[in-house]
Amino acid sequence: MRIDCPMCGSRDRREYYYQGGAVMLARPAPDAGEAAWDDYLHLRENPAGETEELWQHDGGCGAWLVVTRDTVSHEISNVALAEDVKRAMRKAS
Amino acid sequence: MRLAGKGLVDRSTPVQFSFDGTTYKGFAGDTVASALLANGVKLMGRSFKYHRPRGVLSAGSEEPNALITTGKGAGQEPNVRATVQEVYDGLVTRSQNAWPSLDFDVMAVNDLGAPFLGAGFYYKTFMWPKRFWEAVYEPVIRKAAGLGALSGKSNEDTYERAYAFCDLLVIGAGPTGLMAALTAARAGADVIIADEDSLLGGRLNAETGAVGHQSGAAWAAAVVAELSSMENVRLMSRTTVTGAYDGGMYGALERVNQHTSHRGGGAPLECFWRISAKHAVLAAGALERPIAFQNNDRPGVMTAGAVRAYLNRWGVTPGKRVAVFGNNDDAHRTARDLAAAGVHVVALIDSRNDVAVPDFDGRVFKGAQVCNAAGRKELESITIRTATGEEALQVDCLAVSGGWNPTVHLTCHMGGRPTWREDIQAFVPTDGSIPNMTVAGACNGVFSTQQCLNDGVEAAKAALKALGKKNADVEVPKAEDAPYQMSPLWAVAGKGRAWLDFQNDVSVKDIKQAAVENFRSVEHMKRYTTQGMATDQGKNSNVAALAMLADATGRGIPETGTTTFRPPYSPVSIAAMGAGAQGHGFAPERWTTSHKRSVEMGAPMIEAGLWYRPSYFPKPGESTWRQSCDREVGYVRNAVGVCDVSTLGKIDIQGPDAAKLLDFVYTNMFSSLKVGRVRYGLMLREDGFVMDDGTTARLGEQHFVMTTTTAAAGNVMRHLEFVTQALHPEWEVSFASVTEQWAQFAVAGPKSRELLNGLLDEPIKGESWPFMACGPVSVVGVEGRLFRISFSGEHAYEIAVPSRYGASLFDILLKRAEEMGGGAYGMEALNVLRIEKGFITHAEIEGRATAFDIGAAKMISAKKDCVGKTMAARPGLVDEDRPQLVGLKPVDAAKQLTAGAHLFERDAEAVRINSKGHVSSVGFSPDLGTMIGLGFFARGPERHGEVIRMVDHLRGVETEVEICHPVFLDPEGERVRG
Repeated sequence: MRIDCPMCGSRDRREYYYQGGAVMLARPAPDAGEAAWDDYLHLRENPAGETEELWQHDGGCGAWLVVTRDTVSHEISNVALAEDVKRAMRKAS
Repeated sequence: MRLAGKGLVDRSTPVQFSFDGTTYKGFAGDTVASALLANGVKLMGRSFKYHRPRGVLSAGSEEPNALITTGKGAGQEPNVRATVQEVYDGLVTRSQNAWPSLDFDVMAVNDLGAPFLGAGFYYKTFMWPKRFWEAVYEPVIRKAAGLGALSGKSNEDTYERAYAFCDLLVIGAGPTGLMAALTAARAGADVIIADEDSLLGGRLNAETGAVGHQSGAAWAAAVVAELSSMENVRLMSRTTVTGAYDGGMYGALERVNQHTSHRGGGAPLECFWRISAKHAVLAAGALERPIAFQNNDRPGVMTAGAVRAYLNRWGVTPGKRVAVFGNNDDAHRTARDLAAAGVHVVALIDSRNDVAVPDFDGRVFKGAQVCNAAGRKELESITIRTATGEEALQVDCLAVSGGWNPTVHLTCHMGGRPTWREDIQAFVPTDGSIPNMTVAGACNGVFSTQQCLNDGVEAAKAALKALGKKNADVEVPKAEDAPYQMSPLWAVAGKGRAWLDFQNDVSVKDIKQAAVENFRSVEHMKRYTTQGMATDQGKNSNVAALAMLADATGRGIPETGTTTFRPPYSPVSIAAMGAGAQGHGFAPERWTTSHKRSVEMGAPMIEAGLWYRPSYFPKPGESTWRQSCDREVGYVRNAVGVCDVSTLGKIDIQGPDAAKLLDFVYTNMFSSLKVGRVRYGLMLREDGFVMDDGTTARLGEQHFVMTTTTAAAGNVMRHLEFVTQALHPEWEVSFASVTEQWAQFAVAGPKSRELLNGLLDEPIKGESWPFMACGPVSVVGVEGRLFRISFSGEHAYEIAVPSRYGASLFDILLKRAEEMGGGAYGMEALNVLRIEKGFITHAEIEGRATAFDIGAAKMISAKKDCVGKTMAARPGLVDEDRPQLVGLKPVDAAKQLTAGAHLFERDAEAVRINSKGHVSSVGFSPDLGTMIGLGFFARGPERHGEVIRMVDHLRGVETEVEICHPVFLDPEGERVRG
């Protein structure tokens, strides 16, 4: 498996660290309430299909990435810098 | 027997090798199997379960029978296929699974007991008594069964791992693969063509048909020569592509030096490749399947294609009187080739009635079957059943063809299932099973040479189109284009055992038995009978077994389905896959600048992550580590001690928003920290538990240096990256790990200032460096940093210099310390010093402790948000009943404390549900003259002075302990500020 780092190019997955769902980008406000925090920390979708995951290129540039991957075919359809995704989220909200 | 003038072996290069102690002659280009056959050796192994005598069945990596052990001593390698291993001068080989000898094997008695050893016999027989399974039955069965054995010695050969990249990976170098590679290479694509064989060409080297105006083998050699001359092509012979993985990745094993006597001369024995290919053409060919009949495993019964390969490629006839038996036209080709080479073909037996057979000088039986074979260690005769009756023929070799199975394996490695094709009675790959892979030639069910050549070109064109490259002009040569005609015949009806899986001794009866016992799913049948579970993975038997199961269960073959093909295609040594990851490659060592000196001083080094740190520094006359440790603790408490603390993570943080970042990742405030000051900080995970702690120094308005614990340095760095990229990309802050750039030493003890003043170009005067001060200093002419911090509770400093000065500074510090009645201290003393002061390490903050548990709830600032703040406030995380940090000391000062022991109320039974806490760290305090410990106890802070029980079930230790404040020494902190 290879991941196309926007900074470094296509690299073997052994250069990357896997974190989990990209929902970690949407950190709730401190007063968002128990349910929101429980959801943020503990509850994850487990789709058979497309999912957004966080990977870090820690054997390379150190960039955190949002990787769109299909859990059935394992096909990676998009890789974006987490900071770009976060900025876009800010703009949209 | 070797035939004059036949074959592609190099007769000018004779080779000597040994098998079971006897020396044999072969030629360069021979495999062990071809050379043994040339020498008339037919018995090459014993089967796994019944120890039946077996000869070679095939001429390739699918071989189930002829498994041998090569080499001696540490270089011994078991289960090597004699059909793959090339001979070289001095090669030592021997047979397996036979005792005392291959010729006379006492375990062959199993074969007589066969009626009791059928499918599932383990499960039925060794039921009682239950405890006998592990103690008696399993060891005995394991000893009796099995193939080759490992030497038990450490492997001294070198192995490698490597990566390769290409536009197009062509898997298999037969007519299809060579044509595909040539087409793509001429179009300018970067091509890798890999084949498991030593000689590229595939079946072209084993058949007599012409390609264009030359022999198939000569055409293959010419194409290989052209490809070799091209810079955009890498030819990889002796390289098996073993697996297909996500994203165009392929695993491949190259047997770099298995065919030579060179060992340890720099080149590895094997290399495991990871090949990244934009596109792939699978041209893996097809594997011939035998037909099952009674005693079809007699040495001398071989696949027809193998007989042609030995004849045409190696110039060897496996017998002097050969019969050919088949259900397809390939059988005819075998008879024709043998006859043309002057070998006596006794008979051609075709199971079909209406077929045209070639003219040749032997008997022809149409609509007939071979129903039995005789000759225990060498085939002597076969029995033929025709419409009119049975007849025995004296033969010493039988060539059998039950048709061909496309080599679909790689296409199933990503979850794909093959598709059944009725016309060729075989499974072919399902389109799109592997993204960006085109399947071509025989492995796609295309069997004539001409069609394979055409298919190779088409596959390359498809790949070139996908790669966005232009086509090259390639002329396809003319070749044999006979249609593949066959009629299914899996097993000949009759009594006795007809073998399917030769390596695991699975017969037709066993498959039927499984169906009768309701193991009807193919996956169940496989596990019940062990069909296809040996090292050959049933390459020439699985499909026949499916057909048997389909028949027994009244289903069709497509409904029955296949078992799952998983990587690797053929066995890969663990040594090759793990190349570079043994010894220091498995865990690289990180050394501090004082490492060499510490080792010279006799310090035992202990691991701290990948780092190595001195445990203690023994002195003459000291016989236990405790004596050294006590002395070193004394240095710090009474004079001055020096300790390398460079392994702690150091992160340099700069930028206008540096303070904002620290406020967010630490529970306490850092924006309020003055320049030139250090502060202790506590870091939480987002779930509210403690992640790490350490001190951070403010060197400038926008410049901080954070220290982390040794173990958590990587995690903290990753955490900071996450926060600044994924949560707050708007912050202007940069940071970098500088752990290895700075050598840092703790100088601790009442004489620490005096020591440093002898080194600093501008000595410390009065209160110029109060507790928690920091800043730049010049130390013996080198620009360094000084921090007035303490992990021992004493007046102490940490002094940092660029790493290149570390070794010399350590020497200077040591010399001074020794002159002042102190010296170096190691991890043991450091641990005692910090326990005496109640300072925590990851023994306490091990992932389950909250800020509340360690008595630091107030460190979570109310004035700001920080990572983990919200969740740390959850009721369960601040429950008064939680075990909380306490000091522990034995009631009887001579008694022992142990880390990991559980804590119980004095009168409670020492069982799990009564456990109210545990001991996290212990050490012997020379100052207090007793062991002391840190631990966690429910409502501990309310219970100082009370006596409880410590029970260590593992070590069998029980001690009455008193709960006390975790700071044992100088609770007011007068020493550290003095």
